[in-house]
Amino acid sequence: MLGFLTRRLAGAFLVLLLVSVLSFGIIWLVPGDPAAVFLDAGATPDQVERLRRELGLDKPLAMQVVEWYSRILKGDLGRSILLSRGVTEAIIERLPVTLSLAGISLVLSVVAGVAAGMVAATKHGQPVDQAVMAGALFGLSIPEFWLGLVLIVVFAVQLGVLPTGGFVPPTESITGWIRSITLPAIALAVVHMGFIARMTRAALLEVLSQDFIRTADSKGLTRLHILLRHGLPNALIPILTVTGIVAGSLLGGTVIIEQVFSIPGVGRLIIGAILSRDFPVIQGGLLFVALVYLTINLLVDICYAIVDPRVRLE
Amino acid sequence: MPAPLLRVDGLEVALASTGATIIEEVSLSLEPGETLGVVGESGSGKSVLALTVMGLLPRALARTRGNIQLGGDELTTLSPDAWRDRRGRDMAMIFQEPMTALNPVMRVGHQVEEVLMNRRGMSAGDARRRATALFERVEIPEPARRLAAFPHELSGGMRQRVMITIALAAEPRLLIADEPTTALDVTIQAQILDLLRDLQKERGLALLLITHDLGVIAEITDRVLVLYAGRVAEVAPARLIFDAPAHPYTRALLASRPALTGPRDRLVSIEGAVPSVGAMPPGCRFAPRCSFAIGPCMTAPPALIACAERHAAACVRVGELG
Ligand SMILES: Nc1ncnc2c1ncn2[C@@H]1O[C@H](COP(=O)(O)OP(=O)(O)OP(=O)(O)O)[C@@H](O)[C@H]1O
Ligand SMILES: [Mg+2]
Repeated sequence: MLGFLTRRLAGAFLVLLLVSVLSFGIIWLVPGDPAAVFLDAGATPDQVERLRRELGLDKPLAMQVVEWYSRILKGDLGRSILLSRGVTEAIIERLPVTLSLAGISLVLSVVAGVAAGMVAATKHGQPVDQAVMAGALFGLSIPEFWLGLVLIVVFAVQLGVLPTGGFVPPTESITGWIRSITLPAIALAVVHMGFIARMTRAALLEVLSQDFIRTADSKGLTRLHILLRHGLPNALIPILTVTGIVAGSLLGGTVIIEQVFSIPGVGRLIIGAILSRDFPVIQGGLLFVALVYLTINLLVDICYAIVDPRVRLE
Repeated sequence: MPAPLLRVDGLEVALASTGATIIEEVSLSLEPGETLGVVGESGSGKSVLALTVMGLLPRALARTRGNIQLGGDELTTLSPDAWRDRRGRDMAMIFQEPMTALNPVMRVGHQVEEVLMNRRGMSAGDARRRATALFERVEIPEPARRLAAFPHELSGGMRQRVMITIALAAEPRLLIADEPTTALDVTIQAQILDLLRDLQKERGLALLLITHDLGVIAEITDRVLVLYAGRVAEVAPARLIFDAPAHPYTRALLASRPALTGPRDRLVSIEGAVPSVGAMPPGCRFAPRCSFAIGPCMTAPPALIACAERHAAACVRVGELG
């Protein structure tokens, strides 16, 4: 188990190293002078020079590399040019917003998706199965932003039961928070629900055809008991895998959904930075997103070892 | 003679898709405390017969005819749930392949305990104590530690002992063992068979023992049912199968039998091949491979003809060849 984790951690570290090189290099991929790109065409050479110094671009490359790594190792992602504040603080401040949105969507899509997949698998080939699968396929093919807009039009504009956008922190008002997060969470969850439902069904069908299910059947256990104690636990590895993929995809999805619902999360911060060519935020954001993805993957790996004793041996 | 515990009468099982029959007109009876061996080449329908009795046929197959009675109750008219309730209570089964028959992500102890708790109403503590005792009975060393093992941590022989424990936990009256030793090493095979025989005696189980190994038949069964291509070729007391085989197929089986001390491999040495499902000859299914076949053998499947007490063979030439 320990060896397994060490190997996974080492792999994650390598990826992080690669991403750090990449995000450092991004600034060099910009045609021309990054400082000049950020500033308007009308900026004086003096202003450009000052910004270059601020970004450390005046120093020799080797020096810049050393500074970059000594900074990020301390968790300091630099200062935003636009917001004139630390990138790390800006991200941390917005993190709860994004995480709560992605987290709620994740719970929604896993619970509904796994349940739907289980129903479909147990009613394999029957009308219920076909209905669930058609629904899942439909959900899968709806773009998130479009669903978001439709939800706004129906529930916020026409019915007027939920706000059109914005974000109320739970510390301010719990009901306000739930009301503000419901539509974006649903918009994000539907696609992933369909995805998880299909994967769960496929994984369960595969498991339910195996010999040990027949053994469970020979014990006279109820169908529900067999499904929950023998079927599902053996289908958890593929379900965990898609859950990991979905968690990553949800974080990506928040970028768009935060725009649609004007939610001040990390996604909007990064989009804003890209549009205004705020390089330190782009670099820091990239590194941060990579860190989140790797953490998710590591968690999934740990879960593998928990649900399947055979994984611990590998 | 005691009333039979299990009675199978005119059983027919067919492919759900094409209706091609896999077993036909299979009848048997089994008394409490008796061991009935079922022999036949690979594909003769031994497992299908066992699964049908248990009510565990896969979707692709369906029982199309015949009755199954357990302790006088007709099983075939039961609802699926009522039949399910008979499993793990009145009857239990040990499967051919111990490697895949256990749930790989559940501790083996729990796979035993869930029968005790869910089917026999025991508390978790009682179930644990009972499972430990059963592990001891089936000679699993260090039972307390083994209860916590996962199947992949056990050898094939140990897994089959766990399977036997699971079957015993139900305290069934009928135990079906489908080639319980085929997948195991020769030395382990003998141990498992001894264990099964002892348990059968100890508990007065009715044991339906499926095998392709005539050595096993000689060692532990009272009577034998010889299946060929889904039909009963011969049924006889175990001793008579060796001393006075009546069906040419049984004789061929005996002739092709490796020496008792040699490796017990699958029976392969009879000339020709078993006809396949959906392409059965119209007459006796063994006729194409039979050196005694005559005209009538080709036209209609022969009925079982009694040749001695409790001894019958499905061969028109039973009298002459005897
Ligand atoms: N699920 C299934 N779908 C289609 N055909 C099947 C299925 N299960 C069994 N059969 C067919 O039924 C016939 C009898 O199979 P069965 O497994 O009962 O043989 P067996 O006597 O147990 O052989 P073995 O000694 O190899 O275990 C075979 O021809 C097999 O192809
Ligand atoms: Mg078989």
